[in-house]
Amino acid sequence: MVVKSQESRAIKNEDDIAVVRSSVKRVVALLNFSLVNQTKIITAASELARNVLEHGGGGEARIELVDEGDRVGVRLSFEDLGKGIPDFDKAMEDGYTTGKGMGLGLGGAKRLMDEFSITSNSPSGTKVSITKWQERI
Amino acid sequence: MANDTMTSVATLMRDSQKEILADWVDQQLKDPARTQAVPESSLRASSNEFLSIFQEAIQKGNLDNMAAPEWEGARKMLSELSASRALQGSTPSETASFIFSLKEPLFALINKQLGAGNIASSEAIVRYSKVLDQLGLYTFESFQKSREAVIRRQQKDMLEMSTPVIKLWEGVVAVPLIGTLDSARTQIVMENLLQAIVDTNSKVAILDITGVPTVDTQTAQHLIKTVSATRLMGADCIVSGIRPQIAQTIVHLGIDIQDITTKALMSDAIREAMERTGWSVIRNTSQES
Ligand SMILES: Nc1ncnc2c1ncn2[C@@H]1O[C@H](COP(=O)(O)OP(=O)(O)OP(=O)(O)O)[C@@H](O)[C@H]1O
Ligand SMILES: [Mg+2]
Repeated sequence: MVVKSQESRAIKNEDDIAVVRSSVKRVVALLNFSLVNQTKIITAASELARNVLEHGGGGEARIELVDEGDRVGVRLSFEDLGKGIPDFDKAMEDGYTTGKGMGLGLGGAKRLMDEFSITSNSPSGTKVSITKWQERI
Repeated sequence: MANDTMTSVATLMRDSQKEILADWVDQQLKDPARTQAVPESSLRASSNEFLSIFQEAIQKGNLDNMAAPEWEGARKMLSELSASRALQGSTPSETASFIFSLKEPLFALINKQLGAGNIASSEAIVRYSKVLDQLGLYTFESFQKSREAVIRRQQKDMLEMSTPVIKLWEGVVAVPLIGTLDSARTQIVMENLLQAIVDTNSKVAILDITGVPTVDTQTAQHLIKTVSATRLMGADCIVSGIRPQIAQTIVHLGIDIQDITTKALMSDAIREAMERTGWSVIRNTSQES
């Protein structure tokens, strides 16, 4: 897999989430994703960016264009240095929330995308990466 | 500096108020930062008013702390002046130099009274310079605060303008939502919608989200909250304008909106609302194509 381009966006406040959404939107439109897939990717990005802000105390989003020869895609990584997630399985459960949300953000992001991975950052924090692929035309 | 020198500056100012005023207004008119936002007549009036207040305050002898009660009158006048200038479109530096430009005429007067270059007059100038610096900064800060208040109000006005509640028919109101449905927006939509339901005695409200680019869990929560609030008011709520990509996203997120009546198109929602309120739309057969 080759990373064709990458850009980073800081997530420090509510406005930054909107910035992440519009940056992702610009990139996925470039890749000729269908309208449905564009909306899915932007929504997943919105969920994870909000998690970084609300649960992780702020952090960063990385937007990458990736290439695997017969397919191209967008990979989004969300990183923070917050308190981390003690139990991934539990956090992924629909309806599980430690805040006032619906508890659907993580599970939803996973369903909206093709690939999903969640890791603990050392010494603390969380990193979530999601990818969506598109056949090369 | 002896107290009698301070009071003598106060007395001197009172006795030569006309002279200082003329000098000071002159300074302000010459100021290269001056815009035409404030007309000369009102500039003269404010300057005269400030001189009286200032002279009264220094008479009381506290030249160190502008936050003290003796200076309340001066602070009040300066913050009102800043607020009105912020509205009139003056620049921050122009507004602050209202105070700074008083230095030259005041120091000229002190020199004239106490003799230029001696210890008493230099001391007086240093002290009054500090006083005017403090008041100038206070004016500058007030101006900034007023500008921010203006901006906040404009943002709020814009939010309200961008979320109009429309009476569609007797007993039916609609809100076309355009843009991101964040918390501030939701609050305003909710307030306006609930008020409109009361005012128009409506039984059905339509929330149209054709213009909302994405619906994530937060947006969905805001929509659900708004729907619940309209129900509490005794009205039904229909969410329309659910585009195919939004429907799919909502399903993948796993959001349960079974309880909410949804329609793809606003026109479907209008038909439903009319039916629920006992109206029917009949097409005149002679017009049918
Ligand atoms: N970046 C993070 N740092 C720390 N904890 C997190 C992070 N992201 C998620 N979590 C934890 O996982 C839980 C589930 O997250 P999820 O996004 O699914 O739901 P939510 O954010 O609580 O609500 P919703 O996303 O539906 O508005 C959160 O309540 C929080 O406890
Ligand atoms: Mg979340």
